[in-house]
Amino acid sequence: MSEGTLCNKIPIQTDEALKILLSDTGGKQYYQEMKSLDVDTRLLWETIGKTCKSRIHTWLKICAHCGMCADSCFLYRINDQDPKQVPAYKIQSTLGEIIRRKGKVDNAFMMMAMETAWAKCTCCNRCGLYCPHGIDVGIMMGYLRGLLYQQGFVPWELKIGAGMHRVYHAQMDVTDDDFTETFIWMAEEYEEDYPGLTVPVDKVGADIMYTVNAREVKHYPEDLAEAAILFHLAGEDWTVPSKGWEQTSLAMFAGDWAACKIQVESVYDAMERLKPKRMIGTECGHAHRATVVEGPYWAGRKDGLPPAESIHYVEWLAEALRTGKLKIDPKKRIKEPVTLQDSCNYVRNHGLKNITREIMSYIVEPGYFIDMAPNREHNYCCGGGGGFNGIGLYREQRNKALITKRDQILDTGAKLVIAPCHNCWDAIRDLEEEYSIGIRWSFLKPLLIGMVEIPEHLKPKE
Amino acid sequence: MYNLLTGPGLWLSIGICLVGLFVRGVLYVKGLNWQLDRVAYTAHPKAGIKGALRSIFFWILPFGTRSWRTQPFMTVLFFVFHIGAVCIPLFLYAHNMMFQEKLGFSFVSMNQTVADMMSWGVIMSAIFLAIRRLVLPEVRILSTPYDYLILFLSAAPFITGLICRYEIGDYSFFLIVHIIFGEILLISIPFTKLSHILLFFLSRAQIGMDFGIKRGGMKGKGMAW
Repeated sequence: MSEGTLCNKIPIQTDEALKILLSDTGGKQYYQEMKSLDVDTRLLWETIGKTCKSRIHTWLKICAHCGMCADSCFLYRINDQDPKQVPAYKIQSTLGEIIRRKGKVDNAFMMMAMETAWAKCTCCNRCGLYCPHGIDVGIMMGYLRGLLYQQGFVPWELKIGAGMHRVYHAQMDVTDDDFTETFIWMAEEYEEDYPGLTVPVDKVGADIMYTVNAREVKHYPEDLAEAAILFHLAGEDWTVPSKGWEQTSLAMFAGDWAACKIQVESVYDAMERLKPKRMIGTECGHAHRATVVEGPYWAGRKDGLPPAESIHYVEWLAEALRTGKLKIDPKKRIKEPVTLQDSCNYVRNHGLKNITREIMSYIVEPGYFIDMAPNREHNYCCGGGGGFNGIGLYREQRNKALITKRDQILDTGAKLVIAPCHNCWDAIRDLEEEYSIGIRWSFLKPLLIGMVEIPEHLKPKE
Repeated sequence: MYNLLTGPGLWLSIGICLVGLFVRGVLYVKGLNWQLDRVAYTAHPKAGIKGALRSIFFWILPFGTRSWRTQPFMTVLFFVFHIGAVCIPLFLYAHNMMFQEKLGFSFVSMNQTVADMMSWGVIMSAIFLAIRRLVLPEVRILSTPYDYLILFLSAAPFITGLICRYEIGDYSFFLIVHIIFGEILLISIPFTKLSHILLFFLSRAQIGMDFGIKRGGMKGKGMAW
């Protein structure tokens, strides 16, 4: 068996291994080694035998090859309607072919399959809505990613990402101490403006347990402060867990199912320990999908639900605005053309389509909100979902993929794009950098901070 | 020959078709796995059933989904083909006469003019479906000889049926050919992609349960197919 020192079938388990892999800038040596990585065809076929059951098997077999999925795929459309970008073709020529060959595929095949799984599909699941048989290629691509990961054919950044979850229980090297210290420090920074602002850590029985995206801790600590301020102004009884605070899962993008389980169980343990009434996650799409939608299955929860009721930030925000916990100063509502990005991971994977429009009705002056077309569950991926944003090897393909969203935004005429999802937010930032169309983009929290009324008793004393 | 084909031949082909489909159905349902599929099938029966029914209903309704509406040409071909393919075998007067005589029961028979239109519809749409496979690059890349064979197997009983209907050539010869094609079709149903006669409904129910239970069905009105 030819295995590289960096590129191999062994998941990253230690901080040392993480540092070594990280030091291989851009994965230069990693990808070089991948070219001679052997395929364990027996393992591949055994895994398929154990995990490819009637749903995926039937999908592959009854696909009528009608091509109705073609137009549903934004990557097919943006790549000049290249037939090789038809969802059915992408899965038949990879997973379908592996099964037809009973796992006997070579290195070149796996390299092709890796590019297909990570650079030709963002697992946005849109095609699943356009197939008469209900075949969801996004789900099958996720499955294929798992097979590829097991064989060591995974983009460098995602091998690292999955390793981070195994070592840090977070997508980045952010420790539990880093998290609580940063959160508390950020709250202290704003205490003068918001007297009494605190971050309750590990409070048992709170109404809300809040979970975040590790990069907020590392790169965007303002986001933590904003979350604290909004909970504070809404008078919420909330807490953050000192362990199990990370909601995201790059392991899901990587297809490292064991790491997915490790990660989500850390959050569920926090729920069991702190017994909150509800868990609320930050403005992130895939984090919500990983922890709330898919997570219960990785953790083996038969009812398909997390231990405590878990909602997305947009659901909490809509509720807070609806019930008057948060009040918007009408003078400060958005009075410019504004549009909204639907995150595939919660719109097509959790039905959160009208709740975000409800928020718009509170924070945007009537007449200024313009929906993209198509929207809601038929919306297109931002262009960077499923890990696409983070993979240097496929940057060129990703940048092309952004054009769909660029044109959708341009068609609305809006100069402000609200993106309550980290991945979408990044993609929209990158499309502005790449194509300079003169837009601004924002999460909901910073916009809300600028327009909520501060209750009299919470105002700073002169 | 006619008696052999419409006697034991008919029983055998219908038997293989029904038993085969039953086995396919049982294997499909048995092979569903809540944890691998990541759908809590049995934990939320109400949401699951609602999702499954919605998923089937909107898709068997012509232009009932966004996908059908955005591809009207394909939608017309699809429904003309399938409505004829389902109705003609069951409700054609000549078939019901034979069912009554050989099997001892029959279904309602449809008007002959409607039956003629449906049969022509099946043949015309089969031709256009084949042309579509050849002409559209996004369909051509997916098409294999197997796909054309399935299309041929499905259309052949209709072509030969119309030859008999209009009594072109040697009636008794074409009647035998027609019956043979019909029985080949019946026998191939459980063993080929034609098993979608049943698996379409099961697969649609499955994805409907996925959306109904896990992917938002319990959050609001359900998927806007």
